Amino acid sequence: MGHLKLVFRSLLPFLLALPVLWAATAVLAHFEMWSFQYILMMAFIDVILAVSLNVVNGFTGQFSLGHAGFMAVGAYTAAKITVAMRGMDVLGLPPGVSDQVVFSAALVAGMLTAAGAGFLVGMPSLRLRGDYLAIVTLGFNEIIRVVIENTPFLGQATGISGLPRRTTLVWVGMGAVATLVMARRLVGSTHGRALLAIREDEVAAEAMGVDTTGYKVRAFVISAAFAGLAGGLLVHLIQLCTPRSFTFVKSIEVVVMVVLGGLGSVTGSVIAAFVLRFGVEALREAQQYRMVLYSMLLIVLMLTRPTGLFGTREIWDLLPRLRRRRAEGGAQ
Amino acid sequence: MSAPVSENPVLEARKVTMQFGGLKALSEFELDLRPRELVGMIGPNGAGKTTAFNAITGVYAPTSGDVLVSGERVNGQRPYAICKKGIARTFQNIRLFKDLTAIDNVRVACHHRRQAGFTAAFIRSAASLADERSITRRAEEYLAVMGLADRRDELARNLPYGEQRRLEIARALATGPKLLCLDEPAAGMNASEKVSLLELIRKIRDDFGLAILIIEHDMRVVMGVSERLVVLDHGIIISRGTPEKVRKDPKVIEAYLGDAYLAEKHISVPGEGA
Repeated sequence: MGHLKLVFRSLLPFLLALPVLWAATAVLAHFEMWSFQYILMMAFIDVILAVSLNVVNGFTGQFSLGHAGFMAVGAYTAAKITVAMRGMDVLGLPPGVSDQVVFSAALVAGMLTAAGAGFLVGMPSLRLRGDYLAIVTLGFNEIIRVVIENTPFLGQATGISGLPRRTTLVWVGMGAVATLVMARRLVGSTHGRALLAIREDEVAAEAMGVDTTGYKVRAFVISAAFAGLAGGLLVHLIQLCTPRSFTFVKSIEVVVMVVLGGLGSVTGSVIAAFVLRFGVEALREAQQYRMVLYSMLLIVLMLTRPTGLFGTREIWDLLPRLRRRRAEGGAQ
Repeated sequence: MSAPVSENPVLEARKVTMQFGGLKALSEFELDLRPRELVGMIGPNGAGKTTAFNAITGVYAPTSGDVLVSGERVNGQRPYAICKKGIARTFQNIRLFKDLTAIDNVRVACHHRRQAGFTAAFIRSAASLADERSITRRAEEYLAVMGLADRRDELARNLPYGEQRRLEIARALATGPKLLCLDEPAAGMNASEKVSLLELIRKIRDDFGLAILIIEHDMRVVMGVSERLVVLDHGIIISRGTPEKVRKDPKVIEAYLGDAYLAEKHISVPGEGA
């Protein structure tokens, strides 16, 4: 009984999100708001990227600039799998169901390969910090791009086109929920506190029994896995997988979201992802002045709120009632 | 000495030498610490006291010599591994996790005593929730011991200086050490604060049954609280023994006050060759 309750509680966010996403899909379809739905899906993908990068840059305090590289690894893995399995009925399932099964398997495979890439980059980079680590991760991002552009199997510079459109609002929504749940449970646990301790003072963390190397690798691996998920979702939304989607400009875009929202704040990352995605769309009216206005918006925000929109705080820190309940729950 | 001699030493340092290029910051450092012993380490600035701490706690790997914790050689092991074996420390310049709350500072130090694995945290397994509860309970106990219970949810950076010092000790205690190394815990405190802190340190030793190694600049304070003293100068142990003996040692007086003082007081230093 106790176990069942635990399982239920750990799945609760997903069970709650599913009907909401179904309803949202139905409403958007009813009013035929296709472009809004598209932007919303892109915003959810940005949420996955920003929150997962926050695990490394915000919680652990390491400066990674190679998030798009991990996205690329996940995206190409997933794309290769869905293309190879197209038209096949897995386990004799009806085509619709089979496609979904293949897609979820492709996403998981993308996450795993991206996690592997995260491990590979994490290991040698751990001796470095600050600017040096940023340069190494940036270099990794470029290596991935150059390798893809020169590998015929991966379609070189033209990439893989004609991917099936599998990404729906429900898929990206569930991906975002999974990322949020991961981040929340991580910071709420002793492992997350170990990451925060590394950010605060690496020497002291090590002296207090935290295996700093091990935890930095773990942060990299988790962050990369979810970047891989975002990559897989993205290419099955735009139905095209090219190295141009995963340049370091994309990495910087994600860093901007994390910094704007506040390093270490999950809420901040989510809000910044939405603000930037919808902001860019709203500025379309301004035509050629769009990027000028966008940059000015960023400058103004950084001048007025140097620690980002939320600093290291979370939305639940601002709600006294919720906070009290949490404190009581923690003390029992 | 209060500790029975038969007990095995918690810490043994055997000819520990630290060399940085041409500089010998510590040479042939020898120290035995038995359970429940309170030993003071003194010496003028740059004598190598903190270097000795760093060599013991794994921040540096000793150039030569051995460090043994409960009879096990730990040279060259990472600080977190040495911490798990039972050596905790504080820092001369406070190194708290400034943007974490007091309770979280202490909870980090309970981290290595968890039972559940890494992935358990994501599925919120029963074991990981039990871990969180026991870690929180333990952290609250240590905060209470150091008189910080009402500061539980305060950010470390917002605490007054004296409380930051105490929080650092609470954090070190939470790692469950056999030996607690305090690097100038009373630095920057006034005389009465120092006395109450040292009373507290003695109480911790008695309640938790720890060995304590303490670096302190203030001779009067450290003389009052320590059972044994080790005096370092230029990386070499120049004197050791009971506070009474060390106090009268001309070498110690010379190291602290210079030979002009000795000449004035007509004290001669044996073995002036060094």
